[in-house]
Amino acid sequence: MIKEINLSVYRFDPENEKEGHFQDFAVPVQEGMVVLDAIHYIENNLDPSLAVRWNCKAARCGSCSAEINGVPKLMCKTRIDSLGEKINVSPMKAFPVVKDLVTDVSRNWEIARRIPEFTPKPRLKEPWSIAELDVTRSQEFRNCIECFLCQDVCHVIREHDKNYIGPRFMVKAASLDMHPLDGINRSKFLHEEGGAGYCNITKCCQSVCPEHIAITDNAIIPEKENIVDSYYDPLTMLIKKLRGKNEK
Amino acid sequence: MQQREEHKVIKTDLLIIGAGGSGLRAAVEAIKTGINVTIVSKSLLGKAHTVMAEGGIAASLGDVDPDDNWKVHFKDTMVEGVYLSDWRLVEKLTKEAPDRVYELEKMGALFDRTPEKKIMQRAFGAHTYRRLCHVGDKTGLELLRTLEDKILHSKNVTVMDEIFVTKLVKRDNKVIGAIALDMKSGDFIAINSKATIIAGGGCGRIYEVTSNSWESTGDGIALAFDAGAEMMDMEMMQFHPTGMVWPQGVRGLLVTEGVRGEGGLLYNSKGERFMLNYSPTKKELDARDVVARSIYKEIQEGRGTEHGGVYLDISYKGKDFIMKKLPGMYMQFKEFAGIDITKEKMEVAPTTHYYMGGIKVDSDTNSTNIEGLFAVGEAASGVHGANRLGGNSLADLLVFGKYVGESASVYVKQAKEENISEEVIVNEKERIKNFLNKEGINPYSLTEKLRKSMSENVGIAREESGLKKTLSVIEEIKKEYGKIGVDGSLKYNPGLLQCLELYNMFTVSELLVKGAILRKESRGAHFRTDFPKKDKNLLKNIVFKKNGEKLESYTFSPPEMPPHLKEILPEEKYD
Repeated sequence: MIKEINLSVYRFDPENEKEGHFQDFAVPVQEGMVVLDAIHYIENNLDPSLAVRWNCKAARCGSCSAEINGVPKLMCKTRIDSLGEKINVSPMKAFPVVKDLVTDVSRNWEIARRIPEFTPKPRLKEPWSIAELDVTRSQEFRNCIECFLCQDVCHVIREHDKNYIGPRFMVKAASLDMHPLDGINRSKFLHEEGGAGYCNITKCCQSVCPEHIAITDNAIIPEKENIVDSYYDPLTMLIKKLRGKNEK
Repeated sequence: MQQREEHKVIKTDLLIIGAGGSGLRAAVEAIKTGINVTIVSKSLLGKAHTVMAEGGIAASLGDVDPDDNWKVHFKDTMVEGVYLSDWRLVEKLTKEAPDRVYELEKMGALFDRTPEKKIMQRAFGAHTYRRLCHVGDKTGLELLRTLEDKILHSKNVTVMDEIFVTKLVKRDNKVIGAIALDMKSGDFIAINSKATIIAGGGCGRIYEVTSNSWESTGDGIALAFDAGAEMMDMEMMQFHPTGMVWPQGVRGLLVTEGVRGEGGLLYNSKGERFMLNYSPTKKELDARDVVARSIYKEIQEGRGTEHGGVYLDISYKGKDFIMKKLPGMYMQFKEFAGIDITKEKMEVAPTTHYYMGGIKVDSDTNSTNIEGLFAVGEAASGVHGANRLGGNSLADLLVFGKYVGESASVYVKQAKEENISEEVIVNEKERIKNFLNKEGINPYSLTEKLRKSMSENVGIAREESGLKKTLSVIEEIKKEYGKIGVDGSLKYNPGLLQCLELYNMFTVSELLVKGAILRKESRGAHFRTDFPKKDKNLLKNIVFKKNGEKLESYTFSPPEMPPHLKEILPEEKYD
């Protein structure tokens, strides 16, 4: 079944051009082909200078994030046969373009640095004793491959305030807060510096996560509840003070 | 296209090339000593090939099987490496892996647990006991993310990602830094460093079918070779028994050994569980070289599947079990191949996976024969001998990452600061810019030519005439290399990168083939159809080194093993 599809790819070099444009490429289709295969075909045969970021081609590293027909997706796991005749590939909109499909995602490391790191409770007996039941919750968040598609789709980041750390880092904070032996509470950071209040739970992030992490339901909402408890509920605050973080 | 001519100059105490597990672990150790560390990485931070490691970290905690200890781990590693590993490195690896695992846990890694609330350990090929500490089938991701977090929260360390190192710079036979291209801007950078660690990983992409990600083009190994470093065991490339075979776009993608560790069984197209014939005791869980050769033979003899593989079945374990223990595999098959592994069999075939060969390092310090240059992880050699055990690579990078971080820091404290000369920088810039010529030969077609020939003649089964054929193909590629070129600029230009990577790929390939020609026996992953038996006289490591433009080779043997190790290790058997 050799047929051709038309791939419309965004081209832009901010140093030499004022704005980007779409360039069309005809690409022969093979069974089971994904968008990244088509991009590779272009690079190898039509234009080797087409900038794209990719690594594992196995949906494990989260490098090849893009917007395919306007939807944030990983190019390596989006099958051509799921897209129809016309395919449009553009870079993530929430990040500045470096060149073509490659964006500058370095802002994410700046945010990562600000999140209080894992801090084990004091005086734990070694080796650590942890129940399997207690690791499951945090492990969901540790599946994150940092593709930043959730950051890309987040309308708070896209349109409003850049003070919000974004879904990826709500997940990061949750993965640390829900580590059974972590000894600190990140509510203060999330509320006062992280802009957690800006998120109005539209669940867009959750819908684009290639790892199917329930970002809103399992990370953002519990963290928001945590903030409410810490800041606005005097009884919980008192109990927490008396009993320590993990017994609430 | 306009080119900017300026370049940046950076000064650092320690330069680490590579931001995978070994590079980051080295950095964590080095910054403890108060020195200033710069990590450069070809990929974005956090994307290194380490994230692809699935099965786990081999460490004899004895949490599941209390009889396990470092001695058994030592024996397993030496025996399955077919006695070619440097026992000095293996002793360190197996003694210290447990502490490195606990240390990683204290940095925040969250392992699967046993009912007794200890770290869960799973069975893996040719490990006597259940030994692999794991996080589902995403252990490498957890390991890398934990180290990444540590680095991001540390002082005195800078990570520069999407930087491609094009040259190591030497003065008086000492490495004094490197020249690199910043892919994001197209700017050149001269990095003056007192010490340099190569942590650049392996070279699986010199073959057509590989589990390795884009990065694995032998960059670090080739850089060190050109700087005069000795290379060892270059013929030793591991073929993992189980890679995906279909669809074409994911051919070679790893199917973790964890599937077999958790009970997965192999069948040929006749429905026979063929490992019972090849390995009646260890069966599916024999060492990787044995299982890979068995699968290869089944396919060669016409008992393969529709897409040229064999079947791997875990479905009988039930959906709940598979979703907990192998969630990544479930998704991988569902999304790429449309197969539900909780109900259907997988199709698998061997795939190029791990390079046991690489830069020869000192067994105490991980230094190379070139002053100021160190190596660690998959780029280094000596730990895994002729065949690596699953889980030993993550153990390797934790144990020796710590060592190299320490020893390079000690070196830094007495090293003198030097500056790369302007002339060297200008020449290197010119060399790279010369590839920007749109009339040149397409680097991709030359790369494919190399990969095809490597797969045809230097794969699981090798013989003299095939190896020589590939050697002549490499000679042709080297001749044509002077004429390659691509359109575009220095900035984020994948075609230009391909030009640079191709050099590294054929440099490593040539040494691999030459090593394979010299080793006229079959040992571990190196299988010669014309010399199918192991030869006692060849129980030594083949070493290559560049002397000017000439290639030198010699053989090396570690010193005799001390009595406390000799008594653990059964004597090697020969037919």
